[in-house]
Amino acid sequence: MTALPAPALQKERRHLRVHQAEIGDRIYEIVTTACALVIPALVIAIALAVFAAAWPAFAKLGLSIVTSSEWDVAKGKFGAAPAIYGTVVSSAVALIIATPLAIGVAIFLSEFSPAWLRQPIGFLVDLLAAVPSVVYGLWGIFVLVPLLRVQVMPFLRDTLHLGSTPLFSGPAYGPSMLAAGVVLAIMALPYISAVSREVLLAVPRSQREAALALGATRWEMIRDAVVPYAKSGIIGGIMLGLGRALGETMAVTMVIGNRAEISASLFAPGYTMAALIANQFSEATNDLHLSALMAVGAILFILTLIVNAVARWLVWQVSRGRAS
Amino acid sequence: MKTLRNRHWISGAMIGLTYIAAVLATLPLLLILWHLVKKGASSVSVAFFTNMPHPVGEAGGGMANAIVGTLILVGIACAIGLPIGIGAGIYLAEKRTTPIAQTVRFLSDVLNGLPSIVMGIFAWELLVRPAGHFSALAGGAALGAMMIPLVTRTSEEMLRVVPVSLREAALALGYPRWRTSISIVLRTALAGIATGALVAIARIAGETAPLLFTAFGNQFWSTSLRQPIAALPLQIFAYAISAYDEWHAQAWAGALVLITMVLVISIAARFVTRSKFGAAVD
Repeated sequence: MTALPAPALQKERRHLRVHQAEIGDRIYEIVTTACALVIPALVIAIALAVFAAAWPAFAKLGLSIVTSSEWDVAKGKFGAAPAIYGTVVSSAVALIIATPLAIGVAIFLSEFSPAWLRQPIGFLVDLLAAVPSVVYGLWGIFVLVPLLRVQVMPFLRDTLHLGSTPLFSGPAYGPSMLAAGVVLAIMALPYISAVSREVLLAVPRSQREAALALGATRWEMIRDAVVPYAKSGIIGGIMLGLGRALGETMAVTMVIGNRAEISASLFAPGYTMAALIANQFSEATNDLHLSALMAVGAILFILTLIVNAVARWLVWQVSRGRAS
Repeated sequence: MKTLRNRHWISGAMIGLTYIAAVLATLPLLLILWHLVKKGASSVSVAFFTNMPHPVGEAGGGMANAIVGTLILVGIACAIGLPIGIGAGIYLAEKRTTPIAQTVRFLSDVLNGLPSIVMGIFAWELLVRPAGHFSALAGGAALGAMMIPLVTRTSEEMLRVVPVSLREAALALGYPRWRTSISIVLRTALAGIATGALVAIARIAGETAPLLFTAFGNQFWSTSLRQPIAALPLQIFAYAISAYDEWHAQAWAGALVLITMVLVISIAARFVTRSKFGAAVD
């Protein structure tokens, strides 16, 4: 064996020592990287699994899944239009109710709340997001639906004379699009208000002081200097709430009435995509039925993916603006 | 031109409206809690935790199997979700702005917003369909997959709060990077990471939709991971949509137990961070 010259030997030894320390680092890096890569792998796997299972239905039924309103398992007809309509309408009702409330709370908490109230109210609103959806559903069936049927619906229709408009006409069943919208509003509210509060707090103090210095009242300051600055973040929060509402399953299934019909009236029962899957999945009788349900799942997946991606992008833009 | 007095009047009215919004927004939670206690408390007893469900027409009975089932499902979910989530959180906190980290961060947010029923379909396709039967394992896996993005994001946030000087001090003393990460950075952020874990557990413990076609539910006592298993949310759902008053009462009692679990965990999570991490976070 030939002896190495001294400098080379030294280099070799140092290399060995560094190498030993680096082995730990390498393993650590590989493990954490693998954990991180689980997330993209999961997204891809979910997309593949759902679309692979939905493919037979898309191939056989084509666009009629989206356009047809006839859902008849016995005849092999699977048109999910009423469910898609119900998903969109119930979420829209939810946002119409939740958005002003959520932004109101966010403004209250970021601008006007006495210091001692800020924590408790913020916490109570945040806790709404922790309530399990099946509990909302239970409360919806036994408290909200009877309340809507006996009090709210007759009030809207007869006392306010809104019965002549198609939205509030027809008999008051109870389980209805309106009930689903109200429950979804309560469920989406904490998401919208949490994001809105955060972006409102990120608005620089100078923005507020400048408005007040120019003689704005406190409300004009909010309207003209604070909200426009936080606008895209607030819209992001609304989109986030929309994402929740679109995909919510249990609470909606329990109060919407589960009838696959498109009706203009909010008093009429309806259906949503998530509810359709939840109700029929475990009793799907044949492969096409199962695949059609998967196809509905795939449409829901795409819809929420787009809504969430846009939401995150909007919120991210505001927080990036704060950092720079 | 509006007069000054008018403008002040409008300002006061709008500020008043935000106060009303605050009251209206806190009202649903208080109402729900009030109704849960009013309708559920009378059915909650020791027997509720130790007895099996009674058949229709027989009052009383408990949800022992569903409570144990939920604990098993949450246990499986934690075994999957916590290590992967914390590992991914470490990766994101250390790499911060690399393109891969940005992508992973974005995708974990997207995954967070995925409807839970889609996660159920995924677990069914992956674990139930090939096996040919529903199982506790599939249910736990679906919940675990939901936990990963939640834990990842909170862990990352908590790890980022750890001062860089701590890390630098350890490296200067000759610690290798991996030991610095584990025994200095991770340990400092432990309380925060525990909070994130608790919040994630509170979130998934009440999930129903992903269990509908994975864990499926079970009227009998079962702790086998390969068999369908009962879960508190599934049982509440089944009882709530049934036509029997006895079962409705049981559903309210189950919901009261479930929400107590969830709220205790959520409140505990808040206090863990406040006591040990409050100064750093604020």
